[in-house]
Amino acid sequence: MFWFIMAGMAAFAALAAIWPVLRSSPPSRDADPATSEPAFYTAQLDEIQRDVERGLLPQGEAASARAEAARRLISARSEAPKPALPPRARWRLAAAALIAVGVPVVALPLYAYLGRPQMPDEPLASRPPPSLASSNIEAAVAGVEAHLIAKPDDGKGWAVIAPVYMRLERYEDAARAYSEALRLLGEDGARRAAYGEALVAAAGGVVTDKAREAFMKALADEPGLPQARFYLALAAEQDGEKDDAIRDYESLIADASPDARWVDAVKKRLASLKGEPPPQADPEASAAAPEAQQAMIEGMVSRLANRLASNGGSVDEWERLIRAYTVLHEADKAKAALADARKALAPDQNAVASLDALAHDLGLGDAN
Amino acid sequence: MIVEIGHFALVLALCAALAQTIVPSLGARLGDPVLMGVGQSAALTQLALVTIAFAALVNAHLTSDFSVLNVAENSHSAVPTIYKISGIWGNHEGSMLLWLLILAIFGGLVALFGRSLPRALRANALAVQGLIGVAFLLFILLTSNPFERLDPAPFEGRDLNPVLQDPGLAVHPPMLYLGYVGFSIVYSFAAAALIEGRIDAAWARFVRPFALVAWSLLTLGIAAGSFWAYYTLGWGGFWFWDPVENASLMPWLAGTAFVHSVAVMEKRDALKVWTIFLAILAFSFSLLGTFLVRSGVLTSVHAFANDPRRGVFILAILAFFILGSFALFAWRAPVLKQGGLFAPVSREGALVLNNLLLTTACATVFFGTLYPLALEELTGEKITVGAPFFNATCGLLLLAAASVMPIGFSLAWKRGDLLGVIQRLTAAIAAGAVAAGAGAAWLRGGSIVAAIMAGVAIFVIVGSLIEVVVRAWRPGLAPGLALRRAFGLPLSFWGAALAHFGVGLTLLGLAGVGFGAETITTLHKGAPVEVGPYSVTLDSIGDRVGPNYRETVAAMTVRSGATVVAMIEPARRQFAARQMATTQAGLATIHFGQIYVSIADPTPDGDVPARLYWKPLVTLIWFGGATMALGGALSLADRRLRFGVAARARAGAVVAAAE
Repeated sequence: MFWFIMAGMAAFAALAAIWPVLRSSPPSRDADPATSEPAFYTAQLDEIQRDVERGLLPQGEAASARAEAARRLISARSEAPKPALPPRARWRLAAAALIAVGVPVVALPLYAYLGRPQMPDEPLASRPPPSLASSNIEAAVAGVEAHLIAKPDDGKGWAVIAPVYMRLERYEDAARAYSEALRLLGEDGARRAAYGEALVAAAGGVVTDKAREAFMKALADEPGLPQARFYLALAAEQDGEKDDAIRDYESLIADASPDARWVDAVKKRLASLKGEPPPQADPEASAAAPEAQQAMIEGMVSRLANRLASNGGSVDEWERLIRAYTVLHEADKAKAALADARKALAPDQNAVASLDALAHDLGLGDAN
Repeated sequence: MIVEIGHFALVLALCAALAQTIVPSLGARLGDPVLMGVGQSAALTQLALVTIAFAALVNAHLTSDFSVLNVAENSHSAVPTIYKISGIWGNHEGSMLLWLLILAIFGGLVALFGRSLPRALRANALAVQGLIGVAFLLFILLTSNPFERLDPAPFEGRDLNPVLQDPGLAVHPPMLYLGYVGFSIVYSFAAAALIEGRIDAAWARFVRPFALVAWSLLTLGIAAGSFWAYYTLGWGGFWFWDPVENASLMPWLAGTAFVHSVAVMEKRDALKVWTIFLAILAFSFSLLGTFLVRSGVLTSVHAFANDPRRGVFILAILAFFILGSFALFAWRAPVLKQGGLFAPVSREGALVLNNLLLTTACATVFFGTLYPLALEELTGEKITVGAPFFNATCGLLLLAAASVMPIGFSLAWKRGDLLGVIQRLTAAIAAGAVAAGAGAAWLRGGSIVAAIMAGVAIFVIVGSLIEVVVRAWRPGLAPGLALRRAFGLPLSFWGAALAHFGVGLTLLGLAGVGFGAETITTLHKGAPVEVGPYSVTLDSIGDRVGPNYRETVAAMTVRSGATVVAMIEPARRQFAARQMATTQAGLATIHFGQIYVSIADPTPDGDVPARLYWKPLVTLIWFGGATMALGGALSLADRRLRFGVAARARAGAVVAAAE
């Protein structure tokens, strides 16, 4: 069916284009009387006459207009007309053949290369409505999103979709969803901390001021919340306040119930901070969590690095990356990132100065 | 399947455009009327195919078919229907398809209505038009294909950029493109005339309506864009000398010069080579505008796409058509028969002066726009050429052009009487001087520019009115008869008078800027704030839900003394799908001026940071643009014959009467 339509269209295009050749009589020396320049002026003279008859042109003006047109008519006639070559049937046939053959020869391969002939239309109305029960997570998300656009004040909807966004690594959307849920459902320590976590993730693993604020608020609401305390300690670590970070991590471990699955991850961070070898993980207690957390942070950093490498970024983003590498004890990568940042931001004197200051603070060595 | 049919139609349109290029030019060479006729049939075929393609894309947008990449990236199921349609050209691929559709429409118009033209001229013009089509079809198919598919299709689109979700998008780009692309016909005919080595009155008569359509729509398009920027960008500016705006101003200036010089050519058979040059220039600037906007050289609201491949492709198209046509010009222009000579003091002479001023203004815009780009490309140094430069060069030249405009308009063809004209315009000159004086007194030591502009504006407005009166009335004539005579004046005269009147209006609106007032402050509920002669009070803040956004609305009352003049509701709109906010200015039109308020997000304690402006006469800027376009349309409707000689007897009589 589809190819029938295509063939029909191609045939129509070719035939329509060569129509004048198809209906032409055998070539004759038909002159071009209606459209030559003398004819144009003759037509103008007729039009002047008509205007005079209709009373549109006063006699005096008509006379001078007539004189002008006649003058141009004479000068146009005095130019010898170009002798036209006798038209030849061969050329017409060649042109017709060129189009008849050329259209399919150009159009079909080009379309085969560019197009998706097998692919049907998928207008929204004809697609199955996405539902939460659907196994397709994207469809489910789209369903909830549509619902939230219609009813932006449904706090529960935002609360449902926020963790899904986290899982889909749409961190900025997650942060927005959490903040809407907080706005509509009221304050909640755990949700506030989750909001902070989304902000951290969106910032490529760095605890931003906004995230820090969120964790503080979460702690005020629900004192001792481990997630919030962990990120605040991480914030101290990222700010270079090593002692504070160590103290916070230690107190977090001390307060933890012994079977908490995240304790090992914290111990590992603490050890690396103190420069000790990482503690032997208790095979019983160790779950996937610590590695997963570490992997998540590393993943975020590498995504940030990739983004900056391919699209560039602001000074803040570059500094965030350099800091993150330092925190992860990847001095070489931090130095490489510093060099890249200097290159990328070179025209901006302020940015370079800021980078130099950062390099000095982190002990990465001064400019070259 | 509709999508794929549209895609295939676009590929076939390329074939039709190729046929349109090759066969008629062969026919013109051989003198075979049948092969030349293929130009028409191929142009109409191309139009039909491009229309099918465009309709298929419209259908995909209307039905939210997210299996089409272009729809998925630029639409959303919740977008109101009007923005589903206007969103088609609110993105790079779709806007190029619109460009192409308009190109095909103009080609089709030539095919249908070009009967009175010499066959060879029409065949060559259609061939050139076909070649432009080939270039842009290749560009669209290979680098900016609107029919690219997504498999599997996402369930929701990424939404149209909120800044573009505005009625302005429905109007501004299509008008601008009709203007830009309309000059392609003028260009094609210029190239055809050069290829043939002859140009005559038939050429001017046929090209003139196309040039007027293009010019009128370009005028409207620029005015619409300027008005849109004014109410949507939040600080009440209407012209920024932004490179993208300059890109539309340059073809307008060249086109304005062309519309005037083609009148000289039609009536007096003179200025032929210069007219051809302007024809090439106008479309070259249109292409340059397309390049600047579409290549990603500039980053602005207009730059949808930043794909270097596209930039190189468009640059190649640009280089080919501009360099090609100028090479053709250099080679063939000496062959053209020169027209007659004329005295410097005459309508023709004045039009030459107008042309010189306009093209010089155009050149200053050109250098001001491209020099910083070239400098950055070559040395990496960034400089900004902004309003001060353009105001001092282009602005001054245009002001000069406006000040001599009424004089030129009053001069007779062939040889004019400068003294007589100045006598006739005494009233206009006096009115202008009074306006300038009053303005200067009002500003008291401030910038004198606004006062001078106001003076020139009044001079232009009164001058165009006087010209109407002088043509229709002479002492002793009964008013009724004079009115009948006025209605009997040729439409092209009315068109010119109206367009000049519009220039005066726009100038007056621009002058009004100098007399405005501005207040930047934080509004507290119930506390009035003065701006110019008015006061604005914040009444309440509320939330509203739109189809795909939420908005915070600040209700305000505008008072003059104690009387309430208007209620306004400036707002901030928050678009969920893209997490972007836009500003909706609150506007109240008072006489021809406007109170303009734009707000930022309210503070937690209910105060609203806001910018308030009083802009006297500001709406005249766009009324003037619309009036100019209407003038173009009137002139277009006049299909009478035009001879320069006809004016002589009448002008002589009028001068005699004035003396």
